Amino acid sequence: MEIEDNYLYTKEHEWVSIEDNMATMGISDYAQEALGDVTYVELPQEEEEVEQFEQFVSVESVKAASDIYAPMGGKVTEVNRKLEETPALINKDCYGKGWIAKIEVRDMDESTNLMSAEEYRSYLESLET
Amino acid sequence: MNPYITNTPQEVGQMLESIGVENIDALFADIKPKHSPQSFDLPAGLSEYEVVRRVTQLALKNNVHVVPFIGGGYYDHYIPTVVGALASRGEFYTAYTPYQPECAQGTLQALFEYQSAMCALTGMAVSNASLYDGGTALYEAMMMAIRMTGRHKVIMDGGVSPIYRKILKTYTHHLSYQFAETPVVHGQSSREEIDRLLDRDTAVIILQNPNFFGSIDDFTDIIKKAHSVGALAIVSVYPISLGLLKTPAQMGADIVTGEGQSLGLPLNFGGPYLGFMCTHKKYVRKMPGRIVGQTLDAKGERCFVNTLQAREQHIRRDKATSNICTNVSLCALQAAIFMAVVGKNGLKEMAQLNLDKAEFAKQLLSKIKGVEVKRSAPTFNEFTVHLPVDASHVVAAMMSRGFAAGFPLGRYYPGMERYLLVAVTEKRTKEEIERYAKALQEVLN
Repeated sequence: MEIEDNYLYTKEHEWVSIEDNMATMGISDYAQEALGDVTYVELPQEEEEVEQFEQFVSVESVKAASDIYAPMGGKVTEVNRKLEETPALINKDCYGKGWIAKIEVRDMDESTNLMSAEEYRSYLESLET
Repeated sequence: MNPYITNTPQEVGQMLESIGVENIDALFADIKPKHSPQSFDLPAGLSEYEVVRRVTQLALKNNVHVVPFIGGGYYDHYIPTVVGALASRGEFYTAYTPYQPECAQGTLQALFEYQSAMCALTGMAVSNASLYDGGTALYEAMMMAIRMTGRHKVIMDGGVSPIYRKILKTYTHHLSYQFAETPVVHGQSSREEIDRLLDRDTAVIILQNPNFFGSIDDFTDIIKKAHSVGALAIVSVYPISLGLLKTPAQMGADIVTGEGQSLGLPLNFGGPYLGFMCTHKKYVRKMPGRIVGQTLDAKGERCFVNTLQAREQHIRRDKATSNICTNVSLCALQAAIFMAVVGKNGLKEMAQLNLDKAEFAKQLLSKIKGVEVKRSAPTFNEFTVHLPVDASHVVAAMMSRGFAAGFPLGRYYPGMERYLLVAVTEKRTKEEIERYAKALQEVLN
């Protein structure tokens, strides 16, 4: 199970990478593996305002359709249009080319509600037991 | 203990205790006494022959020999014998959804062909494998539009079947949606009132063609306006009329629904009927119901499977597109056979016959003193006539002369007690129409 060291994580298995006030997000390796082959990603609208932990994306795989929650609140500034044609990017490169959306963060303090890579690793271990 | 209820008295006690209710009566205290059964003391059973005799006696009370001129959304069309003969074959004769493609290819292919035919008929890109009936299909379409737009206001044209409108309101009774109904003026949708109501809170406008009064309309302008404020448009259609009329796709509709009874299903007492729903390809994942798709099997040969199931309730639980993922496969199968037998040109001819016979009936009826055939809007096979007396009295008198004369509009539209809705299908002969006109003349004099 791959975990990116510099990213932050949610209990719902989203990752987020924050640079200045711009948060890039996607789903973790654990999440993509649990979902199986991703067949469709319902992307949010650009310019849409989202709250932290609000459902704003859904990812459909051969097994299930799962809700994805915004790891940080703010305005969606960009979505990964490549996922429309190639949703499998989420399976192939979930921390890179499989990113889902960029959010202009409203309140940096919200990042304290997220887990570090280390904390996320322990969290995953706790799920397995 | 009742053999069908496996809870022991102890288990019942535990369950009641756990939810903090004293006894069974207290559990059902909310049900008013007038609605609860007076007694569970059922009579003793009868022998098979006694049952047959009793039911036959009851069935004889039905007057099945009247000539029907009644429509209102359900029509007396001819059903080729082959429809019943094929649909009742053992291979097909199951009402339940085929989950297992490895042993249900025939059914799945038939449903795929049903979907293809519905798309060809409505002009839309995708169809589901059917819903319960025209009313519930319209409800599902409305909910789909509400989900897609995130808005809560629904504009409903007054020409949409009053039965459907009641279904929508019943289903949403405990939800906070805002309904606005627009009037029908001279048989057609009020553009003025629709313009006034359409705004950025509007999720959807619901229209019907032909409308409940039989009038044909072209909704292109209304739908364009709806789209300009980001609202969607649903058009409920009468499939046989599409043999001649502009399709809802040509008018710009986002979702098309309707009652499929006219496509090879008999007029039973309310069902089982057939609800259909079609939409654009881009909305396919928002559409409720089952969809059969075509793919290749392991040997590279064409095969059929249920597809896009991840949006259905057995997988997506409370986030599913609908709490219904059942369909009426057997009825859809009958419709598929009907459409295949009648064919594209056959459907055109059939629609033309309906139109011509209805126009002939209009001519005859308009010659009767006191009868006014409403001509403010064009019609297909159903039209409204104004009578000098209460239409329900006329219907009763016509019944004793062997005719189901039509639908008395006062039943759903207060103030329209003297209006009768008359339907004329391809099955009505010239002679029947002439006899009908003669009988109406006698009844009115």
